Amino acid sequence: MSLAPETFDELREIAARYPQARSGLLPMLHLVQSVEGRVTPEGIQACADVLGLTPAEVSGVATFYTMYKRHPVGKHHVGVCTNTLCAVMGGDEIFACLREKLEVGNDETTADGSITLEHIECNAACDYAPVVMVNWEFFDNQTPESALQLVEDLREGREVVASRGARITSWREAERVLAGFEDGLVDEGPASGEASQAGLRLAKDNDWKAPEA
Amino acid sequence: MTDTLTPVLTANWADERAWTLSAYAATGGYEALDIALGMAPEDVQTAVKDSGLRGRGGAGFPTGVKWGFLPPADPENPKPRYLVVNADESEPGTCKDIPLMMASPHTLVEGVIISSYAIRAERAFIYVRGEVLHVIRRLQAAVREAYEAGHLGTNIHGSGYDLELVVHAGAGAYICGEETALLDSLEGRRGQPRLRPPFPAVAGLYASPTVINNAESIASVPAIVKNGASWFAGMGTEKSAGVGIFSLSGHVKKPGQYEAPLGITLRKLIELAGGVREGHELKFWTPGGSSTPLFTQEHLDVPLDFEGVAAAGSMLGTRALQIFDDSVCVVRAVLRWTEFYKHESCGKCTPCREGTWWLVQVLERLEKGDGKPEDLDLLLDQCDNILGRSFCALGDGATSPITSSIKYFRDEYLAHLEQGGCPFDPAASTAWAESK
Repeated sequence: MSLAPETFDELREIAARYPQARSGLLPMLHLVQSVEGRVTPEGIQACADVLGLTPAEVSGVATFYTMYKRHPVGKHHVGVCTNTLCAVMGGDEIFACLREKLEVGNDETTADGSITLEHIECNAACDYAPVVMVNWEFFDNQTPESALQLVEDLREGREVVASRGARITSWREAERVLAGFEDGLVDEGPASGEASQAGLRLAKDNDWKAPEA
Repeated sequence: MTDTLTPVLTANWADERAWTLSAYAATGGYEALDIALGMAPEDVQTAVKDSGLRGRGGAGFPTGVKWGFLPPADPENPKPRYLVVNADESEPGTCKDIPLMMASPHTLVEGVIISSYAIRAERAFIYVRGEVLHVIRRLQAAVREAYEAGHLGTNIHGSGYDLELVVHAGAGAYICGEETALLDSLEGRRGQPRLRPPFPAVAGLYASPTVINNAESIASVPAIVKNGASWFAGMGTEKSAGVGIFSLSGHVKKPGQYEAPLGITLRKLIELAGGVREGHELKFWTPGGSSTPLFTQEHLDVPLDFEGVAAAGSMLGTRALQIFDDSVCVVRAVLRWTEFYKHESCGKCTPCREGTWWLVQVLERLEKGDGKPEDLDLLLDQCDNILGRSFCALGDGATSPITSSIKYFRDEYLAHLEQGGCPFDPAASTAWAESK
């Protein structure tokens, strides 16, 4: 099935943001994932058509980046950081618990299509280790128990809110934001978490400041 | 004497709705832009150069000097100039740009506008890693608000200066934090590094003159313009001027972001963070992410500035201070980092692409206790064949944890062989180990 005309319009809209259209390819592939649930041959063809590239050229790009998936992703993508610091702080144990509970291996999707589980690399939240990401939203300071509760809530369709972010929508809706289309959730969540403010709080308590100009 | 902590970039992170234009403007946001637009672009460049600001993305190259490498405008061949912000923060342990952009995206946007004006660019891009949805939302909204307020677009504040800014999400590739790989990625290609020269200042994005700076570097520009170069240069050390965000993670009581003058020590920072986890001692740490050689207890008093850390045998990098206590097996830690480099090697250069696979194989058998003592020399030989032999520094970074850990913890590697496996209990190092 070819993509809908509206999707082609949006692909062209992305390409038009740049001095050279090809620069739009990464966000265009994010849009393909939001519409198709993965990078499909039809999505690759559509990007190639819009940019005047061959499907092989587009595939060559799509296969380079970890976030692009060629098999269907579940409603939610759950990423467990197992880079060294998070792994040591408990990320390995969390990942093992989730694998067992969800009965999937790395980068696999549960039988009911609700969750794709993946171990991920450092996601720049080391002061909140161990970190779990749901649809690329932060879930800080996780434990095996909290992570198991998290995936259960996701599977049951309960409302889930990120530690520093918005309420969870779906992986596809997240991909649409990455393609550059706002979803209106920007004002949810805090400016920062507790660890982000650790130095700031100490400075206030001690009346430490940068010197006056 | 400057205070111990000096919140500048982090100062508004706890403010109510700090990410909005109204909150940012209420604390003097976008005042620096008016000051800059009242100056000649060259004078803004000079201010940044005189401030002593050095790249906050790891390499520490002087930002103003980098700007000065752009070739003079050539009327015969008027190529556009570009500013590209590297917000791909992916170096393991590094977690400063992401909270900055989540809490105060307008600090970065204002920095982009001033910096673009200084280098006479009419197009700018923020390349942010794709795996941070809420940060991307905040950046998108900040750019939209800045357009609506006339801080971006045509004839900014009536100055006659025009600037377009696009927020561009990446798609999961550590290598895109390398500036030339980032440019290829931003051009819609596989993110693979380019051979230099030509440097991006001469032939960068679309083969046009391009400046690429880290997000924290660019976010530092408004405060420098507003408070003056000497204000910034008056903090930190002589050659490592100003303040920077130090990110403490791991086995300290209060991990988090601590903004301080460059030159502070880890001993001081750990004290501020409440000490190492109860009942344990510091074992090893990274001064600037996993690509910087490990330090140990003996380096607690090394001044954390570019010169001090280099003199002690490592690199200041991104000030990503990952703290590991005595419950952690250094071989396990190093193997995991090495697996990361293997996964993230872009495949362009043979020593890195093949070498990181060999490193993982040897480390795996050592960790399992299946290796031989000669494997340690084999690892060092492999590192020797990777270091300095590729286009970019990814392969170099992969060797840092290995060579430094063998230097300081050779006996621990050998203990794995003697005991036929890892002598450590991984459960003892978890965040919840104490409570169980």
